Amino acid sequence: MKNFANLFLALDETNKTNERIKILKEYLLKVSDEDKINMLALFTGRKPKRQINSTQLKDWALAQSKIPDWLFRESYDVVGDLAETISLLLPLPSNQQDKTLSQWIAEIKELKDKSEAEKKSWLLAAWDTMDQQEKFVFIKILTGGFRVGVSQNLVVKALADIAQLDTATLTHRIMGNWNPDDFTFQQLIAAEDASTDNSRPYPFFLAYPIQETSDLQKTALEIENALGPVAHWQAEWKWDGIRAQIIHRNGEIFIWSRGEDLATDKFPELHRFIQNLPNGTVLDGEILAFKNNQPLPFNILQTRIGRKTLSKKLLQENPVAFIAYDILELEGIDIRNKSQSDRRLLLEKLQEDSLHPEIFRISELVHAQSWDELAVIREQSRAKLAEGLMLKRKAASYQVGRKRGDWWKWKIDPLAIDAVLIYAQKGHGRRADLYTDYTFAVWDGDKLVPFAKAYSGLTDKEINQVDHFIKRNTLEKFGPVRTVKPELVFEIGFEGINKSSRHKSGVALRFPRILRWRTDKKKEEADSLESLMLLLPKFE
Amino acid sequence: MSKKPLLEFNQFGIYCQQGDFYIDPWKPVNYAVITHAHSDHARWGNKHYLAHHLSKEILKYRLGDISLETIAYNQIIIRNGVKISLHPAGHIIGSAQVRVEYEGEVWVVSGDYKLEDDGISTPFEPVKCHSFISECTFGMPVYTWKPQEEIFKGINDWWHQNHQQGKTSVLVGYSLGKAQRILQNLNLDIGKVYTHGVIQNTHDALIKNGILLKETHKITASTTKEEIKGNLVLCPPSAVGTPWMKKLNPYSFGYCSGWMAIRGAKRRRAADRGFVLSDHADWHGLIQAIEATSCESVYLTHGYTASFSRYLREIGYDAHEANTLYGDESLEEEKGGEA
Repeated sequence: MKNFANLFLALDETNKTNERIKILKEYLLKVSDEDKINMLALFTGRKPKRQINSTQLKDWALAQSKIPDWLFRESYDVVGDLAETISLLLPLPSNQQDKTLSQWIAEIKELKDKSEAEKKSWLLAAWDTMDQQEKFVFIKILTGGFRVGVSQNLVVKALADIAQLDTATLTHRIMGNWNPDDFTFQQLIAAEDASTDNSRPYPFFLAYPIQETSDLQKTALEIENALGPVAHWQAEWKWDGIRAQIIHRNGEIFIWSRGEDLATDKFPELHRFIQNLPNGTVLDGEILAFKNNQPLPFNILQTRIGRKTLSKKLLQENPVAFIAYDILELEGIDIRNKSQSDRRLLLEKLQEDSLHPEIFRISELVHAQSWDELAVIREQSRAKLAEGLMLKRKAASYQVGRKRGDWWKWKIDPLAIDAVLIYAQKGHGRRADLYTDYTFAVWDGDKLVPFAKAYSGLTDKEINQVDHFIKRNTLEKFGPVRTVKPELVFEIGFEGINKSSRHKSGVALRFPRILRWRTDKKKEEADSLESLMLLLPKFE
Repeated sequence: MSKKPLLEFNQFGIYCQQGDFYIDPWKPVNYAVITHAHSDHARWGNKHYLAHHLSKEILKYRLGDISLETIAYNQIIIRNGVKISLHPAGHIIGSAQVRVEYEGEVWVVSGDYKLEDDGISTPFEPVKCHSFISECTFGMPVYTWKPQEEIFKGINDWWHQNHQQGKTSVLVGYSLGKAQRILQNLNLDIGKVYTHGVIQNTHDALIKNGILLKETHKITASTTKEEIKGNLVLCPPSAVGTPWMKKLNPYSFGYCSGWMAIRGAKRRRAADRGFVLSDHADWHGLIQAIEATSCESVYLTHGYTASFSRYLREIGYDAHEANTLYGDESLEEEKGGEA
């Protein structure tokens, strides 16, 4: 595993794409096939089942580190990562070992039937053989919190070079429901696709925004200049739900979300229609909360995400439907190379034949004679509960990943409000030990009421300046949270707003983020709660 | 029995009323005892300065034509019955702890310090006292340093590897202290060492002060890229991301600082390599230094003062947080963290 720990370190130390690919290749060429497939599993989010929970991990590490509990917690605030904190606080090793990544993963799996005492002595013995970097990576694997700053694209590129296969093929092969116990490295890189995995989805085709920020509104003319005649494009609403791929193969059904999570069990009401699809069908679309032929706001769908069990009541009150965008496989044949228009016709045919049109819906096309007309129609997005429009080139194939050229999202501007920074907390990862997590407030009479938290939207330089301000203008400290002298004003953008009894302000925002720092505004010039409340009816 | 403490913190700095002098004041005063020449400790505008001999030229370079008296370590100066002496702090060349004694009561102000002998600064010596005013820049248990041989082996290996790939190695560290420490530990068999102007000026001041440094070459407008290629360049944090640095391409860029111990801080710097090399004491070093003073009370200045003083109280010290304007509570980009 030292190789693996060094791989992690080396990847951390460069942010140059070519360097990183080189590092990945060097690793892959150095280790056994078994280590290779285990590494690929970890890098693509297929982590071994968690056998030791974070409380156990923390308690055992705390006892070893011989510092008080509060200091352990404060150390965590400084470091911003539990595995890293533990690795830094544990004593230096007194033993050595040279087990491979695969050996360690096997040992982790064997913990399943072990008692807590056995797990503990195994873990302490393991720690006592590792230097800080190895410990850090080891704990990451153990907690399943394994995230490298390396995209799957990069791994696939490195692999493609080694295996002499193209990246689209490998991106596809590396997807699905495999794990290192039932899928070998040789199968992955075989010249002919050897997979019999019914669950394997296709890589999603993702769109780039046509206008990068709200400050840079693109006119219809600019879009025409960039994209050509409107007649070459298929326009649809951009729905605000969960992007999903639906699969029916050989009697098995699967629902995959965009994050490559298998979500089949989360949406039982879709199963009937999927089972009814012809054998060998794969659809791309969006899962939306849907009732009485109307889409519902995202926060309704949110009540279903993250629930372990779905009650009958919840299923009745907040039902979902699938809005199909595209068809990728028909009768077991990959049809991604057909044109957008051809695939659309096949999709329409399939949907017309469905016995469940109320849950298998099709994303309606938006017709316009000109970009100007389309721009006007786009203004209705919010009323439609859509985020804007999707533009798809009629002649385009269905591609792999985020590509410029044939698919664009043309989103509407976010709602925006000026708010005052009142609380701050330290961030994690790259932002560890810097105050980057902010709570914002608006005026309610002469009081400031918190209404949103936001983490992103500032440049590194601005973050440093705000951090500097916070450290010098702290009024009170509550654990990790600081109350900050109300002074700085920020423009907060968001996609929607709903009533909420869980928030002091009585409202909850969707996707709040910082649009910009309003250094030109005084705190008195921030908006009021009343102005937020006025937006509510639009979203009910 | 409550009498006025020998040293107190006021709006100008650390003050000794009996002797009427300040230690590292942050606002202009009449008489300033300076622990070391870093800008947050040796500020401009005082009427008279007292510092160690080895800080002489660098203070003049940084502060201009000041009224400056310099003394040796352990030499005693008496002001109104108060004995003042300087003792090695091991932080940078010429850095000192300030010992203050009056009627048998002893206080020590640590300034910045580290315990490890870096091969160029006079090594830290513990000084017995009743009250100890200590820095705690790295006063959290996650900060523990490895011996510098290990770090410099890493640095030299990295340089060697870059050299073989035809890349220039750019090492970032603050100009006074870190740069010289790095230089003296580089393996010049690999190549030559080039310097940014700010660092060369600092070197020149130290050389004038009688310090022997390895050979360096200042980068000037006429220095060509080819000349530098494969060699090592020392530059201060302020040069990172500037057009000056871009001209050194192709290069690999390493950052030497105690903050590199944390992955997040390292990633924020976007350096190719982070070397955990600090001129401050680590967690164990701070505790060891405090123990060695046999002090009754500890006052913590810059760093994780709240957490560190709480911990010291729990292990039996009379420990207090002191608000000063040294350094920063935490790492900070503009100053480049003289850490």
